[in-house]
Formats: sequence, structure tokens, C-alpha cells
Amino acid sequence: MNKPTLPYDVEAIRADFPILQQAHHDDVPLVFLDNAASSQKPNLVIDGMTNYYRTSHANVHRGIYQLSEQATQLYEDARKKVRDFIHASSHREIIYTRGTTEGINLVAMTWGRKNLGVGDVVLSTAMAHHSNIVPWQILAEEKGFMLKFVPILDNGTLDMEAYRQLLEDNSVKLVTVVHSSNVLGTINPIKEMAHLAHEQGALILIDGAQSVPHMPVNVQDLDCDFFAFSGHKMLGPTGIGILYGKRDILDDMPPYMGGGDMIARVTLEGSTWNDLPYKFEAGTPSIAPAIGLGLAVDYLSSIGMDKIHQHEQIMTEYALDRLAEVAGLTVYGPPSTQKGAVAAFTINGAHAHDVAQVLDSYGIAVRAGHHCAMPLHQLLNVNATARASFYLYNTLEEIDMLAETLEKVKDKLIF
Amino acid sequence: MEDMYREMILDHAKNGHNWGLLENPDFDHAEDNPLCGDHLQLTLTIDADGIIRKVGWDGDGCAISQASASMLGDELVGMSMDEARKLDKQIVLDMIGIPLTINRVKCATLSLKTLIVGALGQKQWEKIEDEE
Ligand SMILES: Cc1ncc(COP(=O)(O)O)c(C=O)c1O
Repeated sequence: MNKPTLPYDVEAIRADFPILQQAHHDDVPLVFLDNAASSQKPNLVIDGMTNYYRTSHANVHRGIYQLSEQATQLYEDARKKVRDFIHASSHREIIYTRGTTEGINLVAMTWGRKNLGVGDVVLSTAMAHHSNIVPWQILAEEKGFMLKFVPILDNGTLDMEAYRQLLEDNSVKLVTVVHSSNVLGTINPIKEMAHLAHEQGALILIDGAQSVPHMPVNVQDLDCDFFAFSGHKMLGPTGIGILYGKRDILDDMPPYMGGGDMIARVTLEGSTWNDLPYKFEAGTPSIAPAIGLGLAVDYLSSIGMDKIHQHEQIMTEYALDRLAEVAGLTVYGPPSTQKGAVAAFTINGAHAHDVAQVLDSYGIAVRAGHHCAMPLHQLLNVNATARASFYLYNTLEEIDMLAETLEKVKDKLIF
Repeated sequence: MEDMYREMILDHAKNGHNWGLLENPDFDHAEDNPLCGDHLQLTLTIDADGIIRKVGWDGDGCAISQASASMLGDELVGMSMDEARKLDKQIVLDMIGIPLTINRVKCATLSLKTLIVGALGQKQWEKIEDEE
């Protein structure tokens, strides 16, 4: 198969990622294709965090000695980098969390607890990650609202006609939808969905775990009310994520956790809350991870999100073509033009776990299972899929290797 | 590092001008600095022409926040409320006159925050605070 041209020199990028240099099982090169679960880290992030611990660590927002001032400055600079990266209008709309999961839970526990009740509807989707189903189920139990789901069409896209109809009964208070599915890869029409939700007076929360790492995102242009994502899927460390929220909405929300840093004044009779974003950031935060996330943003920006997205679209198209050559293999989700860099597949006669295990023995890391989307797998009528997911440092040769190795996997597993 | 405790700052901090709350003020508002617990209350009397006649402060805080209150109060006496509403954070930073690190800026601007939040609300203050 002819190889398409990629928008940048992938080898130069790979050189920045020490983990990609190391052999797997001591002798085969590592082909890392589980980026949707978590990405690897460039030296800029690893060294930057180490350097922070070596030279600048102290608690933030407290000390007035030099180290604490340095740490606070670095920590707040990182917030502004994230603000610019997703085009928020103010750093006050950028709340540090532990990840996408915590961001969605924060909205449920504060905005949701205040604004949802009997007769209301929260509208999620059949392709939702568990983190965008379970918090709403827990809260629905407490508050008595209904949780409904927008169905998906056979081609793996959302049923927009059903979405319109579900919105029509006017009781929907919140639409909560994944920007880019971690299984199907579907990139949902968020801007249109936000517009339709707002027309009915509902707010919209976007799970951006799989979009921010892979494409340019402009939260103001999308006009979303909340937007959550994770640092570790975008070259940053674990333990840090972002919840974006429109300022007026955040202002009206009660705090999330209580403790230090989130208060203005505390007496034994009661307390008042700190300004945004600190109202939602109780306790000593993940300082080094926040700084690491800022460096990851620097790294991604230095390449350009447009180019990264272009790279991944070429990779996805190539991967779908190569996988189509493997007899008995089914890839789930829409065609490559509407899809993020994800290929979840099954092979007739072989369980996904066995496929992943054998691939691993050849140095190829993919994920197998339900990928925290059990309801979606129930719809697809499979109990597990194997999933290859690509990022800026993957090569076309790695996709060749995946396709070729899958033939060997079949030989081994299917008699 | 420049001397954060140069004489002028210490002088204003120790012998703050316009200290003590006014009776029957036309303006009365208090704010906190959540980072360190500093607390400032500002009272003003304003005449029929909208001119600030008297300033009265109360509260606890570090030398920087107390000095900034003392110096800002001096500026406010005789100023119209309309002018006072238009002040930006540069005025207090200039009065303190030394470069401040990120946490200390909050101390220096607490006095202005008390005035602006009391006069125009939290949102307007955040606008001023966020100017880069
Ligand atoms: C679409 C989607 N949403 C949410 C999450 C949860 O992210 P995290 O585990 O970082 O909170 C993930 C990743 O696992 C995801 O792929």
C-alpha cells in the first residue's frame, strides 16, 4: 500500500519520548497504541517536573518566602497556558481537578445538586464513558430526576433526530456528551448540540478527554457551559485535569469540597468562599502535575494542534484501510473522516483479551475490554473489543506492524 | 531583592493614616485576603457633590496591606467617588513602589479591592485584578 505523507517529522518527535526508545520484553521495540487510555510523556514534561521538585517546590498561595512565590507563579502560569490553549476568556474559568472524572463529578455534586430535581431530565448518550453515566445515576437516586440517553445510529454517530425530539419536552436541564468517543472515535457535532440545548434552556457539559489532546478546541466557539479533560492523555502527568466552566455559571455554583484555599473567611458560625477558581480548589493541589500540564501544553503548541490532528487523520485513514485487509476483523464506528484516532475492533473467533495478549508478545500495546463504556458494548452486542489508538508520535510503520501481527495472532488463536 | 520594608512602608504601616471607623459613613465595606487572613474595613463620608471627605480604616494585616490602606486613604480624601471608582491596581502598586511577587500583590491590593468591591461589586474587582 502506498504510504501517505505526514505533516511533520515523526522521528524527531519520537526522540523526545524516552519510553519509546526502550525495548519491550527486552528485545522487541515498543509499539505503543494505547494512547486513548493514557499518553506517554516527553522530556520537556519529565524534566520540567523533576526540575521543579529539585529547585522550586513549596506549597502555593500560602508562603511569602521565595520558594512559595516561585511555586505559586509556576502553578498559576500553567493555568494561563491552559486558558489560552482552549481559548477560555479568563483563567478564572480554569479549575484544576484530578481529571475528566473529577470534573464531571464536580459539576454533578455542585451545579447538579443545586439545580436538579423531580421532573428534570439529564440527557447523556449511549456512547458515554462510565464517568459520564455513573455520577448522574448516583445523583438521580438522591434528587429524583430522570437520566435519558441519546441513541446512536448504525454508523456509530449520534441520532440527532432523536436528540432534537428528546430536547423537545422542555424538561432537559443538562446535556452531557462526549466530544470524541474513546471507543467509536466518533467526533460529535458539539457546536450544533450546544445550540440546540441552549434553545431549550438546557446547559451542556462536554467530556473532552479524547478531543483536547488531539485537535484544536475553542470552548467559546463551541459555546459549551462546562468542558472537562485530563492531563495524562495529552502528554501531561496523572493527577491533574481541567474543568472549564462559564464564569457566570461557576459564580452561581456552591463549592465542591471544603477546606483550605477555597475560603475567604472562616468562623465557627460559618464561612464565605474564595473567588474563582479557588472556590473549587480545596486543599493543597497537585502542584507539580499542574506545572507538568502547562509544559505539555507548551509541547503540543510548539507542534501545533492543527498539524497533530492532520497527522492523526492520516493515521486513522491508513489504519482503517490496513485493518480492512485483515479477514474476519470488524472495526466499530464511523468512517475515518468523522473519527478520532481510535480503532476498536473484534476478530471472529478470537476474544479481544487474547488478541491483546498475543499482540503484547510482539511488543504491541493495545487495550482490550469495554473501555469504561459497557452500555455501548451492550449495544454493539460484543462483550469486549480490542482498541488501537494513535497519537502524535505513532508512525505508519507501526500500523503496518499491527496489521501484519494481527495475521499472526489469527494463526495462533483461530484453528 | 529590593527592601520590602523600606522606611516609608514601615512608617505607614505603624502609624497608619485615617485609622478608625467613621460614624454614620456613606460607604462601609469589608474584604478579606484569603491567602493570609488579612481583613480590612473601609468607611467613607461623601459630601453632596460626591467628594470623599473622610476616610476611616480598620482591620488587621501585614505591613504591605496596612501601608497600602494608609497611602490609598490619603489619596482618597478630596477625590470624587466617580474618580475613585475608576482607580486601577497600578495606583497601589506604584505607591508601594517595589516589585511584588504573586502572593504579595494580593496584600498590596486588598485596600483597593475593599473600595472597588464595595463600590462596584466583585465582578468589577476581578476585572481590575486580572489586568496583566
Ligand atoms: C471519553 C473519556 N471520558 C472520560 C475519561 C476518564 O478520564 P480520567 O480517567 O482521566 O478521569 C476517559 C478516559 O479514561 C475517556 O476516554
